Amino acid sequence: MSDDATFMLDGRPIRFEAGQSILQAALAAGAFIPNLCHHPEFKPHGSCKLCTVKVNGRASSACTTRARAGQEVASDTPELNRHRRTLLQMLFVEGNHFCPGCEKSGQCRLQALAYDLEMLNPHYEHFYPPRPIDASHPDVLIDFNRCILCALCVRASRDVDGKTVFALAGRGTAQHLVVDCPSGKLGDTDFAATDKAAEVCPVGAILPKRVGFAVPIGERPFDIEPISVQAAHAAHAEPRG
Amino acid sequence: MFRLETAENPQTLRRIAIEPLTRVEGHGKVTLLLDDADHVHQVRLHIVEFRGFEIFIEGRPFWEVPISVQRLCGICPVSHLLAATKAMDLIAGYDRLTPTAEKIRRLMHYGQMMQSHALHFFHLSSPDLLLGFDSEPTRRNIVGVAREFPEIAKQGVFLRKYGQEVIRHTAGKRIHGTGAVPGGVNKGISRAERDEMRRDIDRMIEWALSAVHLVAELHRAKPEFYDHFGEFSSAMMSLVDADGAMDFYHGGLRALDADGGTIFDGVDYSGYQQVLEEEVKPWSYMKFPHIRSLGPENGWYKVGPLARVQTCDRIPTPLAEMERRKLVARGEGKPVMGTLYYHWARLIELLHATEVIRDLLDDPDLLGSDLMADKGERRSEAVGVIEAPRGTLFHHYRVDENDQVTFCNLIVSTTNNNQAMNEAIRSVALSHLDGKTITEGLLNHIEVAIRAYDPCLSCATHALGKMPLEVDLIDAEGTLVQRARRNMGPER
Repeated sequence: MSDDATFMLDGRPIRFEAGQSILQAALAAGAFIPNLCHHPEFKPHGSCKLCTVKVNGRASSACTTRARAGQEVASDTPELNRHRRTLLQMLFVEGNHFCPGCEKSGQCRLQALAYDLEMLNPHYEHFYPPRPIDASHPDVLIDFNRCILCALCVRASRDVDGKTVFALAGRGTAQHLVVDCPSGKLGDTDFAATDKAAEVCPVGAILPKRVGFAVPIGERPFDIEPISVQAAHAAHAEPRG
Repeated sequence: MFRLETAENPQTLRRIAIEPLTRVEGHGKVTLLLDDADHVHQVRLHIVEFRGFEIFIEGRPFWEVPISVQRLCGICPVSHLLAATKAMDLIAGYDRLTPTAEKIRRLMHYGQMMQSHALHFFHLSSPDLLLGFDSEPTRRNIVGVAREFPEIAKQGVFLRKYGQEVIRHTAGKRIHGTGAVPGGVNKGISRAERDEMRRDIDRMIEWALSAVHLVAELHRAKPEFYDHFGEFSSAMMSLVDADGAMDFYHGGLRALDADGGTIFDGVDYSGYQQVLEEEVKPWSYMKFPHIRSLGPENGWYKVGPLARVQTCDRIPTPLAEMERRKLVARGEGKPVMGTLYYHWARLIELLHATEVIRDLLDDPDLLGSDLMADKGERRSEAVGVIEAPRGTLFHHYRVDENDQVTFCNLIVSTTNNNQAMNEAIRSVALSHLDGKTITEGLLNHIEVAIRAYDPCLSCATHALGKMPLEVDLIDAEGTLVQRARRNMGPER
C-alpha cells in the first residue's frame, strides 16, 4: 500500500515531501489534525500538544515528528480526541475566556476546536486568574485573560519582525506572556499594528483597537463551517506544489 | 416614610416571606409583617441579588461593551445593546447615524418591543387574566391558555415569533446578536429579507389590535376590579420625541405628576443626573431613583407602558393612537393609575410596534447600503438612553485615553419602577390580604401586581407555572409555625 513518500493516517494514505512533519503533510493533503500553536510560517513549537497522534503506537506531537514512509498514524480516535478535549478544558479554565463578548468569537481557533471536538463543558473548576489588559498601545490591545501561551507572537516578533517584543516568563502554571521593556507596557515598545506579531494570535489576546463586531456574529469563518472542514477546503484550494 | 414600608414594632409581628420572586435579574422576595388578627403592617419587595455589571465592565475596551452588557438580559438584550451603542456612538465620535443605519436600528428595537410585549402578555400574564387569579395553579399557565383559548395562544406565539424574526434579520441572531455597532450597524437588510418580513405584517397588526380589544373588554366588563387593582398615585416618566409623540428609540425626558401636570419636559438625557437621583436602602440591592427636585419621599415615579401612553401627547400611528385615546378617556381628565392598566397599555404599544415595523419596511431607506456614519471628535463620557419594553433605560459611561471604560452607571427599567412596585403590592396587600387567611390564590394576587410591571426574567420561572415560592409563618417568639413551599425543590 505505502510507497517511499507515503504514510497511513487513520487508514488513509498521505503523501509527503522530504522534511515535512506529519502535521504539515496531513494538512496539505486536506486531512485535519487538531492544532493550536502551529502556524505554517513558523518553526514548530510543540507546546499545545493538541496535535498529539500515535505513530506506530507511540504518542508524538504531529507538528514535531517528521513524516516517514510506512508510518501508521492514528489521530481521529476516541482516546486521542478525549485527551484533546481535556487539554482544551484545561486551557479554558486556566484563563478567562468569555466567548459571548469577545471580538474574536467565530474567528478563534480555541473556540473552533472546542466546537469541533465537541467540548460540552469546562469540566474543571475555573481558575479565574486576575489578569490585566494592556491598552497602552495606540493601535493594539493585549487582553492577557485570553492568552494560551502558544508563543506565536513571540516567534513572529522575533523571527519576522526582528523586534523580540514578547517572551514567555515563569514556569508551570505561573508561566505568562511578558512585554520586553522596562515598564512592561506595549505602548513603550516599538511594536506596530503592521507587525506580523499583531496578526498571528489564534485567540483574542492581541487585537486591533477600536474594531468591534464589524463582521456580524454568524458570518465569521468558523460560524460558517467547522475548523476541520475549512482545513480540508484550504488544502484543496491550494494544490501541493 | 412610605405607607407600609416599615412597621413600628416589627418584633411583635408575624413575618411571611415570598421568596424567591422572579424579577429582572432573577432573585427577589416579598415580605409581609402581620399582627395576630392578620392585619398587614409592613410589605416590602426586596431585591436580594447583586448583578455587578457596572463593576466588571470597568477596564474593558469600549467597543466590546455593547455586546457584553446585552448579556444582562435574555428577554430584552436588544435594549441594552442599543442603549450602550448609543452611548458608544458618541464616545467613538459618531454624532449622527446614516438614515439607513438609524432605521435598521429602529426596526430592530420595535421588533424587540413586539416580541417582549407579546411574551409578557400571552405567555406570562394571560394565564392570570384569562383563567383567573386564583384558578387551579397547575393549569394557570400558557398550556392552560392554549387548552381553553387556542386561537389566542396561537396568535401570541406567532406575534412573538415575528418580533424575534425581525431581530434576527437586523441583529443576525434572535437573542444576543450584534447588529448595532458604534457608528451604525454591521448588517444591511436585503430585499428578500424585507419582503419576507413584509409578507406577514398586516396579519400581525390585525392580531395585535385584537389583543388590545381583549384586555379593554376585561376592564369594561368588570371596571371596579380591573381599573382599581393595585391602584396608587404616582408621577410618570418616559422619553418623548421633539413633538411630544411616543418614540421608543430616542427623545427628551418628560415627567408628569399624578394629575398630569408637567414636572420636567424636553430634558436632554445626557444630563439625567440633574433631574434624577438614586437612593440606596439597606433592605434591597436595587436602588430607588427619584426626581431630584421633589426629593425621595415625593419624587418617585413609574416608567414603562402605562407611563409612556400617558406621558406622550400622541402615538404617531393611527390604530395605536385610537386605542390610546380610549384608555386615556377612562381617567376622565386625570391619568389612570390601576396596576392592571399596564397590560392594556402594553398591548397598545405592541400594536404601535407592528404599525411602525410596517412603515419602516415600506421605507426605501431601509434597503440602503450606507451603514456607517462619518467619524468626528472622540469623547470621554457619554449617556445612551432608550425606552426598553419595561421602561426608560439609562447607560452612562466614561472612557479613558487608552479606550478603557473607567465608569459605568446603569439605571435599568425595573429600577425606575422599584418604589412603584412596592406601592402596588402594598395596595394589593391592604385590599386583598389584610385580615384574611393566606392562600395560594391570595399570594398570587401579590405576584400578579409585580408581574404587571413585567420584571425581566419573570419568564424563567413563571411561564410554565414553576415560579418558586416559600412562605414561612413565624410567631411572635420567632418560632416557625408553618412553612408552605412551592416549586422550591427538596427542602434543605
